[in-house]
Amino acid sequence: MHREIDRREFLKLAGIGSVVFVSGLHGLAHAAGKEDFFFVQMSDSHWGFNDPKINPDAKITLKKAVDAVNSLTAQPDFIMFTGDLTHTTDDDKERRRRLAEFRDIVSNLKVKDVRFMPGEHDASLDNGAAYLEYFGKTHYTFQHKGITFIVIDNVSDPTGSIGDSQLQWLGAELGKLDKAARIVVFTHRPLFDLAPSWDWATRDGAKAIDLLMPFRNVTVFYGHIHQENHHMTGHIPHHSAKGLMYPLPAPLSLPKKIQLPWDPAAPYKGLGFRGVATKTAQGDYAITEYPLAKG
Amino acid sequence: MRLVQKALVALSLVAVWHLGGSAGIVAHADSEKVIKITAKRFEHDPKRIVLKKGEPVTLEFTSLDRPHGFNCPDLGIRTDILPGKVSTIHLTPDKTGTFPFHCDLFCGEGHENMTGEIIVTE
Repeated sequence: MHREIDRREFLKLAGIGSVVFVSGLHGLAHAAGKEDFFFVQMSDSHWGFNDPKINPDAKITLKKAVDAVNSLTAQPDFIMFTGDLTHTTDDDKERRRRLAEFRDIVSNLKVKDVRFMPGEHDASLDNGAAYLEYFGKTHYTFQHKGITFIVIDNVSDPTGSIGDSQLQWLGAELGKLDKAARIVVFTHRPLFDLAPSWDWATRDGAKAIDLLMPFRNVTVFYGHIHQENHHMTGHIPHHSAKGLMYPLPAPLSLPKKIQLPWDPAAPYKGLGFRGVATKTAQGDYAITEYPLAKG
Repeated sequence: MRLVQKALVALSLVAVWHLGGSAGIVAHADSEKVIKITAKRFEHDPKRIVLKKGEPVTLEFTSLDRPHGFNCPDLGIRTDILPGKVSTIHLTPDKTGTFPFHCDLFCGEGHENMTGEIIVTE
């Protein structure tokens, strides 16, 4: 069942842009009386990436994204980075340098409630050790205006798994909630098998989905695939975000997954971030995609 | 006894010759083909594996550097490939076609290019 949020209401929340996608209505109002709000999802900035054929503006792309978010007429309540903050490197010192530089750049965001999670580029080669030093826990929950946000780490284990220990933690966290609670999940990899032959999956993601399934009002936002994708597993919608360094092809649309080259005729094509506006009383999420334009 | 050993060696050589002399392919005495596959950053070797439908085969993996994975979702097979350990997959392909495989254990910048294909013929 879908209900389109009134455009005027959304624009008041998000400041600019237009609603391009509206996620599902997941049940009756549960959090009536809570405030509406919006947050921004940024993903896959791959700070440290260096290939001019793919992105000749690699050294300024993240800074442009920060400026773009700062220029939103209304500022979000918080900003969530869904992983691959940095591009991978074998050099532990370089990994830390990239994480530190990333942290410095995003410290220029006007909004100071900024939350993070790792991608495999940040965490898989050292099981999240460097990431932990700079950004803390890789899986956690937080509350905001009646919604429970759950961050699931499916990258610190290089097999692309959540792992039994974290699944147990997830089960315990969910056990504290009413089945009608509004839940938003952030992950890096898709929890479902989007394209396993392109490694666009989580090995034990189905176990997490099984744990979430009894809850009537769950929405998942993730990164990893550098493009929008909208998918349902039962009543649970999963929305992937664009990246902030290079786009990737649509799932299985090419024989091989490759980074799509820079298009001089359309710089920054395929890159962007998203705003997610919630109308708490109705249980809706309105998603607005903001392209990262040249300029 | 020596005669028996010589005969076995000769049989093995004939088996390898019949398999086209491909590197990494040997035939065990029980006639199940064994294909040895090495993994290192960022390639499996061989990266193109040709099998016959209905013919049992053992894929035998070793890592030359760090942990890797081998995942061929379309054939429903995968294994970790860990240094110092031999991993095996027994397989009897029941369909023809070209089935991509990839390393599914993140191993660095070239990880996403660590791919190959299994080709199953009639």
